[in-house]
Amino acid sequence: MSPRKAPRPGLVLDVDASTPPILFHHGEGFRMEKLPPGRSRVIYPAEPLRGLEDPDGAIRDALENPIESEPLRALLFKGMKLTIAFDDISLPLPPMRRPDVRQRIIEAVLDIAAEVGVDDVHIIAALALHRRMTEDELRHAVGDRVYDAFSPSGRLYNHDAEDPEGMTHLGTTNHGEEVQLSTRAVESDLTVYVNINLVSMDGGHKSTATGLSGYVGLRHHHNVATMRNSKSFMDPENSELHTKNWRQGDVIRNAGIKIFQIETTINNNTFGETGPLSMLQKREWEWTSRDRMQFLAMQGGMRYLTCSAKRRIFHGWQAPYELTSVQAGEIEAVHKVTTENTYAQHLVPVEGQTDILTMGLPYISPYNVNSVMNPILVMVLGLGYFFNLYRGKPLVREGGVVIMSHPTQWDFHPVHHPSYIDFFEQVLAETTDPIEIEKKYEKQYAEDEWYKHLYRTSYAYHGVHPFYMWYWGSHGMEHVGQVIIVGGDPKAVRRLGFRPASTMQDALEMAGDTVGPQPTITHFHNPPMLMADVT
Amino acid sequence: MVLEQRSVIAEVLAGKRIAVTGSTGFLGTALIERLVRSVPECELVLLVRPGRRGAQARVTRDVLKNDAFDRLREEMGKADFDAMAAERVTAVAGDVGTDGLGLSGDDLDLFLSADIIIHSAATVSFDSPLDTAVEVNLLGPQRIANLCNEHGVSPHIVAVSTCYVAGSRRGSAPEQLPDESPYFVAVDWRREVEAARRSRLDEENASRQPGQLEQFRSEARRELGAVGTPALAAKTESLRQAWVTDQMVANGRARASSLGFPDAYAYTKALGELALVETRGDLPVSIVRPSIIESAWTEPRPGWIRGFRMAEPVIISYARGLLSEFPGVPEGVVDVIPVDMVVAAIVAVAARGPKEGGPDVTQVASGTANPLRYKNLVDYAEEFFTANPIYDELGQPIAVAAWRFPGRGRVEGQLARARSSLERADAVLEKLPLRGRAAEAAMRLQSRKELLDQAFGYVELYGAYAECEALYGLENLLGMWDELSPEDQEAFGFDPRAIDWKHYVQGIHLPSVVRQARAKTTPGKKVGPSRATRLRGQVLAPERHMAAFDLENTLIASNVVTSYAWLATRRLPPGERALFAAKALAQGPGWLALDRKDRSDFLRSFYRNYRGAPVDQIETDAVELLSDYLLSKAFPAAIRRVRAHRAAGHRTVLITGALDFVVEPLAPLFDHVISAEMGRVNGRLTGGMTAVPPTAENRFQALVDYADANDIDLRESVAYADSSSDLPMLEAVGFPVAVNPETKLAAIARKRGWLVEHFDKQSGAPGRPLPIAPRTGARSEPMLSRALNRAPGRAPEKTRR
Repeated sequence: MSPRKAPRPGLVLDVDASTPPILFHHGEGFRMEKLPPGRSRVIYPAEPLRGLEDPDGAIRDALENPIESEPLRALLFKGMKLTIAFDDISLPLPPMRRPDVRQRIIEAVLDIAAEVGVDDVHIIAALALHRRMTEDELRHAVGDRVYDAFSPSGRLYNHDAEDPEGMTHLGTTNHGEEVQLSTRAVESDLTVYVNINLVSMDGGHKSTATGLSGYVGLRHHHNVATMRNSKSFMDPENSELHTKNWRQGDVIRNAGIKIFQIETTINNNTFGETGPLSMLQKREWEWTSRDRMQFLAMQGGMRYLTCSAKRRIFHGWQAPYELTSVQAGEIEAVHKVTTENTYAQHLVPVEGQTDILTMGLPYISPYNVNSVMNPILVMVLGLGYFFNLYRGKPLVREGGVVIMSHPTQWDFHPVHHPSYIDFFEQVLAETTDPIEIEKKYEKQYAEDEWYKHLYRTSYAYHGVHPFYMWYWGSHGMEHVGQVIIVGGDPKAVRRLGFRPASTMQDALEMAGDTVGPQPTITHFHNPPMLMADVT
Repeated sequence: MVLEQRSVIAEVLAGKRIAVTGSTGFLGTALIERLVRSVPECELVLLVRPGRRGAQARVTRDVLKNDAFDRLREEMGKADFDAMAAERVTAVAGDVGTDGLGLSGDDLDLFLSADIIIHSAATVSFDSPLDTAVEVNLLGPQRIANLCNEHGVSPHIVAVSTCYVAGSRRGSAPEQLPDESPYFVAVDWRREVEAARRSRLDEENASRQPGQLEQFRSEARRELGAVGTPALAAKTESLRQAWVTDQMVANGRARASSLGFPDAYAYTKALGELALVETRGDLPVSIVRPSIIESAWTEPRPGWIRGFRMAEPVIISYARGLLSEFPGVPEGVVDVIPVDMVVAAIVAVAARGPKEGGPDVTQVASGTANPLRYKNLVDYAEEFFTANPIYDELGQPIAVAAWRFPGRGRVEGQLARARSSLERADAVLEKLPLRGRAAEAAMRLQSRKELLDQAFGYVELYGAYAECEALYGLENLLGMWDELSPEDQEAFGFDPRAIDWKHYVQGIHLPSVVRQARAKTTPGKKVGPSRATRLRGQVLAPERHMAAFDLENTLIASNVVTSYAWLATRRLPPGERALFAAKALAQGPGWLALDRKDRSDFLRSFYRNYRGAPVDQIETDAVELLSDYLLSKAFPAAIRRVRAHRAAGHRTVLITGALDFVVEPLAPLFDHVISAEMGRVNGRLTGGMTAVPPTAENRFQALVDYADANDIDLRESVAYADSSSDLPMLEAVGFPVAVNPETKLAAIARKRGWLVEHFDKQSGAPGRPLPIAPRTGARSEPMLSRALNRAPGRAPEKTRR
């Protein structure tokens, strides 16, 4: 770890005549945009917090001194059934360099288990209705040694929410929400959950109540009504999504299922403080001439690459994330600490809302790691994730405009997103109204045998997953008056129900229809990750 | 209905029974219509070939339902019209191509009880085979005469012939019998009949010579590819028959021109007149000779036409910009006569009765009385199509070319050059492995070639006519005209001098031709559901029983070789993978050649590569093969289609030459999978097939067997395939769909109007240049204890990303 100045907090910059063009992520590329001075501001993330000096030591310490729980060692006994569940490929973004936090923690847990003499250990990727992880991805998350020791014997595997034998119905909450959990977790004497908290939405009861659940349980909170009542889903205190997960968590606890929660936070050292992408996490006016040269060379070089080549290059990037905290023990107590630690890195205080919110969407979202960012994922990254990265009130005022920058190609990964293709070709061709979509199509896609088959045996997201994506954006869709995508494939953008613009200038002019002349503009300079604390 | 009670013609024919042959033709229909409408008290007996539905039904469908009768139907009301027709029009089943006209019993009696027989049946096509033309045109009239003589009846026979019996010549051609002309080459019609019949036998024999048969076979193979023996045999036989017909057409043309006739039609008609005259005995005979019959001048309505006549294809080709030159001399005469005038002249001749000393000849033409010059016709047409252009499929108007009146030789030379360059391009394209849209582009070239062939045909056929400068005498016709009462002249106008050619061409004929050709006359793209949308609707209609799918290039862009390569490399150590790829590349061309020759031989020989592979490992790997390779090469729209069929309640069947374990992961999409099955012994694959792999005709047979076993009607089923080798399967079902077809299948699908689908790989799918599997297997020391007991805090091992 290199000695480093104290990291600076996030910043809201008022754009004036001397402000240089601002960096916008734009899929597998970038745009530099000059924002109108006098009425624009840019929200920059905090600089990466310092990582823990001795992550393995910190992990051991957390296991031995958990919060509101006995030490892990005390919870283990010979002959017990132990299950280790871990966050899947959607975390963190982009994937972190080896060794992955999950590998460190799982190895530490296995060390203790071996010392106690626990034999019956299963390791499960808690992916709910996400796609299964490939061999390479599992190896990356848990490390080769764990993989080679557990996978061939069938003790390391992906969660299968459609396995009729593999899922147990635990009952319903006092609000009538059904609770479903992996049978292995239900039958285990202890389930250790290994989490990575990239954003404040992650973790807590959501880890198990969602991660090890299936359609029957998820449909109670993965729906339009819940998402529209989660303001935002990144703020657990004000999120209906979390309230319902917590209720389901109570049912799990009351069913006598023991969970030892290990949560971690990482800093937002996404592109590295040195290296070829380091300028992406610097503020533009602090770019050195070397940064500028590298950026220009990158932009120039990429012009000659095909889409898939660019994808390969960008998806090859692994972030030098560092562990900033690790805490273990009782779920809710642990999660309180985790959320504070997440906020410490992400929250940037912002005063007042804006007429137009601009965002540059990068090449990656939780659902296209090693895959293709299809138009639906573009929508969910902008209107789902970025829009919801607020506490208090949304950055953009009600009826305002969101301008996102992304190429939004009509491209899909045929293995990972088969139901997305059909959703885009069939459902969105008919309507983009989340309520109507939910009512008319969800059941059919969710219960489709072919999608189930692909989810279970191939590497496909569950048939219902594109619906969840659409619901994820429903709060944003309801809140804003217009969405414009700059530089997107016009056909694909229109299919999403948005308006295409070829330049930022055009987009700002088009936004005038909705918000009037001389609107205020706020640019959400993310990634690296930030969350607006709007007052 | 306005009855011209004072019409002499109508009065003379009142109460008469008139038998008509050829009533289903262009002239015949117009004739029946006029007789029914303008001679209200005559009775009609129509001799027709009965077809499947019987004579009466054929008359109702092919004659009375024609739009020529719309006028009368409107005037009378439908019910009255039907009642009147039922009373006055009787059909008898017969055929002028057989001796005795194929008549018997009541039909025969009815036919022979006629007062007048109007014989207008002919094979008017200018390119009919020699013997067909001889049987119908030459022997037809004398068969009628013989029949009458045999039964001792003597009705007035009005035989419709053609002006062109005068042969190709310049100068005047008066209304006389062919052998009265000084230019007539004396031939015995009986010898001509014998020769024509013999020539059919000769050609049949020639077509069955081994060398000839081999040629048909190789042509069939070239056209269809490796479709299997039965389909090839069927195609070979149809090629043989087509060849014989072509030869007979050529023989007809050759024989005709050797005797100075423009074609077999004129030649057989001329000898037909002589045969009739020779065999008629005492029968009263009149001959009516029209020139080129075109759409109606006024009756039953201006522009009425039936079917595509001689000049129409040429006109439409011109308007579509396909034909910019047609042989002919500018000042030459195009002898066209509107159909209603021919009809009126026939009725007038029938009413007038035979002239003393018979047989009398009446020519119905315009050339001498009111000539239409070739140059004027071209000018009128050019003007018309410039003002009212036809539009191409993109909705752009087509500009017509300036006409240059070249000689026939020059036009033929040009066309021949264009054709041979297209043929060369076509031969090259045929050898390229094109698919989908590229194949369709190649096919357009082919259809261009077909159009050129057509144009070539027109020039060959009609060139002689366009260059014919004979002037047909009209003395008898005009004499008869002068004798008509004014009322008859009003009701039965046949005076060619009344025609205003500019009005006729631009106001009547061309609009009618354009309408008839269903040419596009409005700008802009077609609106409303396209043909493909309609076909798609039929294919997915709930009434269908089954949808059968081929796998490779129909659902997935891969083949047995790539699947094998993937499976074979799955467990290879990294070093050996490159070696494997190199070996495979070296063997590629050999495999490809074998595949082209016979698919099932190729599969059997290729599948031997699997010998000895452990079954359970292969089955595990096949699941990964689907995800890692096949699905990324899949066509999502095709998979959606399979599911749509299932949602519509159809049975879905996969039928493929791929191996059972390779397609097993796809099984949930289908109700049934028919694939190649490999033997298994002691947990290992044998490399041999347990049955013939379902390709080509075996595929067809497998489908038929499956349909039989499951009570499925193939006519109500759909099949999807990409290659002409699937032709037997596609032809077996009622709703074939060509998916991303290669050139041959694209051409076939287009000709037969099949639905063609272009299913693409998903844009954004990961590119996979080589079908090499990702590595699997242990990468670390497989010792858990070591992993667990390593010193705390030590950095984990470095591993390759």
